[in-house]
Formats: sequence, C-alpha cells, structure tokens
Amino acid sequence: MATESELQYTSEHEWVLVDGNTATVGITAYAAEKLGDVVFVDLPDVGTTLASGSIVGEIESTKSVGELFAPVDGMVLEKNSAVEDTPELVNSDPLGEGWLIRIEFTELPPLLSFDEYTALLGE
Amino acid sequence: MTDRHSPLNAIHVAAGASFTDFAGWQMPVRYSSDLAEHHAVRTAAGIFDLSHMGEIFIVGPEAADALDYALAGKLSATTIGQAKYSLLLDRSGGIIDDVVVYRTGDDRFMVVANASNREVVAAELTDRTAPFECEVFDESDELALVAVQGPRSREILIATDGFAIEGGHPDGRDVGEKLSELKYYRALSGSFRTQPLLIARTGYTGEDGFELYVSPDHAAELWDALTEAGAPLGLVPAGLASRDTLRLEAGMPLYGHELGTETFPVQAGLGRVVVTATKGDFVGREAVEAGPAPDARTLVGLVADGKRAARADYEVFASDDSSEVIGVVTSGALSPTLGIPIAMAYVDAAFASPDTTLSIDIRGKRLSYRVTPLPFYRAKKD
Repeated sequence: MATESELQYTSEHEWVLVDGNTATVGITAYAAEKLGDVVFVDLPDVGTTLASGSIVGEIESTKSVGELFAPVDGMVLEKNSAVEDTPELVNSDPLGEGWLIRIEFTELPPLLSFDEYTALLGE
Repeated sequence: MTDRHSPLNAIHVAAGASFTDFAGWQMPVRYSSDLAEHHAVRTAAGIFDLSHMGEIFIVGPEAADALDYALAGKLSATTIGQAKYSLLLDRSGGIIDDVVVYRTGDDRFMVVANASNREVVAAELTDRTAPFECEVFDESDELALVAVQGPRSREILIATDGFAIEGGHPDGRDVGEKLSELKYYRALSGSFRTQPLLIARTGYTGEDGFELYVSPDHAAELWDALTEAGAPLGLVPAGLASRDTLRLEAGMPLYGHELGTETFPVQAGLGRVVVTATKGDFVGREAVEAGPAPDARTLVGLVADGKRAARADYEVFASDDSSEVIGVVTSGALSPTLGIPIAMAYVDAAFASPDTTLSIDIRGKRLSYRVTPLPFYRAKKD
C-alpha cells in the first residue's frame, strides 16, 4: 500500500496508484468520509473499455450515491471483488483494501499531486 | 442563511461529528458510522440532539379550542400529560407541517414543529388563534431537545442521576417507577438538577424512547450525564443520517418528502389524524371533507431484492418494460436492519395494493419493487 503522498489524485476525489502501465484506483479518505457508511459498490467488469472522465461505477452509502469516474482511458484488468462483498472496506481502508479497480492504460493524463489535491480540499 | 449552532455544538465537535446543514442549522449527520448508530438504536440506545426543532406554546383559557380550530386533530380531548401527533393544514387541505402537541396544563400546550417550518407554524398558529382567548409564544430559542431512543432508553434514564418528577420525591427516588409507568405518547414535568424539564415518551425511530426538553444552558450537562450513565448500557451519540434510516424503517413520514402542501392527509395514510365528526370548524375542513382528486396518488411502502436502493424523486413505473410513470419515490435506502432496499413512494391508486410488482428507474437500470404494508420494521414488545 502506497502512502498518501505517493499517490496521484483527481478532482473527483479518486486516488490513482501508477505502476508501469497499470493504474489502481480508489476513492480518497475525504470522499469516503463525506459519503458515510458505504453499503453497495458497483464496479465495471474485467475487460470493459473505459473512457477517461466517464462514469463507470457507483459507490452507495446509506445517505447518497457517489459515482466512480474513470481517471484514465484504458481497460479494466481487475476489480476488487472483496469490496463488492464487503463495501465497508471503502470506509475502513480507502487507500488499501478498499481499492476499487485496476486499469491497463496507454497514456496517463495529468493528475494531481498530493499537495495539489490537499489544496483543492482546502478551497 | 446564517448557520445556526445547537447549544450542544461543542460536544458534537469534540465527539468528532460530521455536520450537515439542516434548515439553516449545522447539525451532526453522524459521529463515526451511521450504520453503527442505527444498529445501536435498534439494539441498545442512541442519543440525538434535536435542538433545531421548533417549540411553540399556546397558553390561555381557550387554548384547547383554539388548537381544535388551528390543527386537524381534537386537542381539546387530550388530558394533561398527553402527547398527540397532529397536522397543520392549509385551506386547500394540504399539509403545512406535521407536529406533536403536548398538553402540559389545562390551558397550556406545546406544539413541536419541524425546524424548517418553525416560522410558518408560529405565524399560522398566531393568526389562527387570534379570535380565541389565548397567546402564542415561540420558545424555540429557549428550549433544547435531547432524545434517547432504543430498547434500553428507560434503563439509561433511570441510571442517570439528577432527575426528579414534579410532585414526586425531590431526591428522585421514584423516578424509575414513574418512568416505567409512563406510557407511549405521554409526558411528565420534572427537573434535572433543579432545572425544569419535560420528559416525553415519544420519538421518531420506531423504538421505545424519550425526548427531553430542557433549557439550552443546561442541555450540555444533561447530554453529558445521559452519555456517562448510558455508555455502559450501549448508548452512543447518533446523528441525523441514522435518524432518517430509523424513521424510514418505521414507516414514519418526513416533511418535505412524504408530506407537503400538495398532499392531503388521506394520501399519506394520515386520515385518522384528521377529526371531522366530533369537532367544529377547523382550517382545511371543507377541503379534506371533499377529499383529494379521484386520481390522487397514495403513499405505499416498497421493498426489493438486492442492494440497489431507490432514492427520493426516482420515477416509478407499472412494470420493468413499461414507460408509463405511475408514481415517484419520496424516501429510500438500503435498510440497515432488514438488509434489503426499502422505499416510500406515491403511486396511482390502481398500483397501491400490497404485493403489486412495480418498477423503479435506478440511475438508468430498472429494478422490481413490491408494494408492502408499512411499517417495514416494528420493534418487538418486551
């Protein structure tokens, strides 16, 4: 598991861990806290082609629905089935066991650094 | 709107609460986990800050008659210490607010209104009761409200030092007995460490519980005492998120969702709250007697399989392959207690019978829901 400062971020409150041409994606602790207890996670199937910025899944809490946006163009390599069975992992360990999908990409769009993301939260 | 803060705000901040804007108030939405808070209320108890609610007093020799005219119920038939759920209707039969009325004396009533409707309820009551010999006081800023809800509520109040009941032992030795005898929708005047207090066996969670009205200056002391005595019995602070799922499971309507000025009481299943046979004129009488339009929608409970919950404003269809909109969801969530999606919705009368299968568009995907009688959840009697 990477530390907060090693991850990259999107303005949609997702984190991205880049390793070669794969990107692991989850939602930030801030987003998990804002959602409240997550009770249902709907993730795209392995093999699905994703377009950066499109809605590809849902993270539902008792109070509201959060959308999962694809942070990069690519294809779903893996989805975290543990999170589908145990959605509370998104709250208990958003940057670790609560990861959502792993995407194979060819080109990485500009993402936010930890400092940039933190600055965004402060606004 | 300026954010208003509860007299208990510092306690909530210290407890790590997340806040939400509710009718201009910054109120705790959850402390740590809304699900854990929900389950605590179902199995032990939760303590809620409801200080944003409005408390409006009607006092005078004709207060009872004045409320009979102003509200849908027959408040003159209540006895001292009784609480009554009632409705403030407009002239067209629509619901301006739902209220709980406490009779605290022969000529004295407290009307508890939703925070968002405090001003309109106070204004309407002042206006409607003007011909009667009584006065209306909006005491909302002079009263805080703390609710203890859940099967262990009574034990928790008894374990809390400092309560005394009016007319009882000043040292409070009879508090346990008096609280145990207190029936649902009844209230007792008393004190907490010499501060006047109203203890009501009422609530909005579908569980046994108490609502305590106290001066804002002493609310923190009361909260701390209850929390300290209650923690060993499983009491946790609970926020508005859990309050909403609790009331939904209990099939209780929420103003702005199930209730509004476009809704007749009978549509919301509240026909019993409107008394026409045994009292005289009241605001909205003519309209409710005429009834809503013949094709008016009616409130139903809906359940589904799976985990995908319908939310307020989602459209309801006659079937999964039908494009005919026959209703709209007013509240919905994945029920924490039952583990299935539950919702309340207004649907065309033809689709309101129990076991009718309907279809809801959940963000582009249709899901079958089944009409079920309310409430979804009923507390076991001990």
